[in-house]
Amino acid sequence: MLELKNISFQVPDEKTRNTKEIGILKDVSLTLEDNQFVVITGPNGGGKSTLAKIIAGIEKPTSGQILFDGQDITDMSITDRAKLGISYAFQQPVRFKGVTVFDLLRLAAGKEISVAGACEYLSKVGLCAKDYIRREVNGSLSGGEIKRIEIATILARKTRVSVFDEPEAGIDLWSFQNLIQVFEEMHEQLHGSILIISHQERILNIADRIILIADGKLVKKGTKEEVLPELLGTANAAPSCDKAANRK
Amino acid sequence: MDAIQRELLMQVAGLHEIPAGAYNIRSNGQSIERKSTGNIEIINKPDKSGIEIHIKPGTKKESVHIPVIMSQSGLEEVVYNDFYIGENADVTIIAGCGIHNGGDAASRHDGIHRFFIGKNAHVKYVEKHYGSGDGSGERIMNPVTEISLDEDSFMEMETVQIRGVDSTKRENRAHLKAGAKLVVMERLMTHGKQKAESWFDVQLDGEDSSANIVSRSVARDESWQLFQSHISGNTRCSGHTECDAIIMENAKISAVPQLTANHVDAALIHEAAIGKIAGEQLIKLMTLGLTEAEAEEQIISGFLK
Repeated sequence: MLELKNISFQVPDEKTRNTKEIGILKDVSLTLEDNQFVVITGPNGGGKSTLAKIIAGIEKPTSGQILFDGQDITDMSITDRAKLGISYAFQQPVRFKGVTVFDLLRLAAGKEISVAGACEYLSKVGLCAKDYIRREVNGSLSGGEIKRIEIATILARKTRVSVFDEPEAGIDLWSFQNLIQVFEEMHEQLHGSILIISHQERILNIADRIILIADGKLVKKGTKEEVLPELLGTANAAPSCDKAANRK
Repeated sequence: MDAIQRELLMQVAGLHEIPAGAYNIRSNGQSIERKSTGNIEIINKPDKSGIEIHIKPGTKKESVHIPVIMSQSGLEEVVYNDFYIGENADVTIIAGCGIHNGGDAASRHDGIHRFFIGKNAHVKYVEKHYGSGDGSGERIMNPVTEISLDEDSFMEMETVQIRGVDSTKRENRAHLKAGAKLVVMERLMTHGKQKAESWFDVQLDGEDSSANIVSRSVARDESWQLFQSHISGNTRCSGHTECDAIIMENAKISAVPQLTANHVDAALIHEAAIGKIAGEQLIKLMTLGLTEAEAEEQIISGFLK
């Protein structure tokens, strides 16, 4: 179980030359139960990505506490959290010259894996494994390809908590259906918790719980039955063009 | 051969034992083992230190190993090796130099290699440089490679220097005739107070000749690197040179790509980039459970692969 208690995150205001602080997150508390599928949604710039980075240890909260199975991990490094069982998929995946897709999957798995094993993860995210396994994770991959490889690295880790920051961004509509399946399978098989930041109605639809964050604050949380009808009446669920595309 | 010599041989030539095919092993200034084959003849140079390697036309899928190992501190030598590769041959040549210096005097090996590559021949040339030993004497290597590529011939050159060479000045010159192609992949890592200079001069003389010179390097600690690459397009041809470097700690790197077009149909491109390891690359690997040091090692070894 992952608990965030009264998390606040402030940065200096560059306009006022650091005399004032801007609150990116303000007193956010939430709990991610074991085997729960939670989607965080809300307007852009509302603090969702910062919250995901705080869970992964990439950003340190200004105040508040993070507990993992009751253990305080607030000051724990990225590496130690990863070892403890927290995974984080980047919104904009990182590119590496020379590091191959296989290298990355092997590092993610944390042990030697067979090519067949690596291929399985790639197939799950809709990539033809033999075309990709030896490729470098560099600028030659398209935005959609690298995004799917990023998701495959999280599948390879099989950790207790998996955090995805807008996994749908850059993924075409055809692959999007597969992506939903990937998350559903993960949820069924992994017995871990999944936290996804998303604007996508169809991802919101498969969530156990939905959390709405806006302007750095937790505005609403509840089951999808409780939150979704209200959200869909607003602009928070998905930018209108995405929604139009989904209805096709 | 003692254990040190065997280790050097492993590092520079990947050899655990005597290789298949033709070979010449030079150790501490002497040729200690040599074998010619029906198609590949290795002989001493008549006038100076070094060997001549004659490869018969049409020789296919054969290899030549010519490693040089030095374990005696203070030894300095200049060696001239000439390779004559016959028409339509397809061969792999593995050279390399390993210096173990456990003493206080500098050890130096300057290998001057000349390649005369016949029409339509294909040569893969692999060269590794390696240094070891904890003596204060410097390990110095100044290789010179001169390449003449006849019509429609192709040379792939892979040159690697990853560890232990204190000072190196590498000169590479090539002339290409019509339809000839040269591909160079250089990988270099310097550490400590090492200095490395790498210099390429490629003349694309024949129509539709092409060259691709790629250097990837990592400079750590207080080391210094200079990469200079000059491609001249003297007719209809294409050339590309690229230098990509990772800088760490207090190292210094200069990259000087240079192009000269002497013909309107010469298509030439250069690229150069120097930068430190991106923070987000480290973070990504740390989110997979690697420590910062492990992440750095993975990024560098991938980059130099």
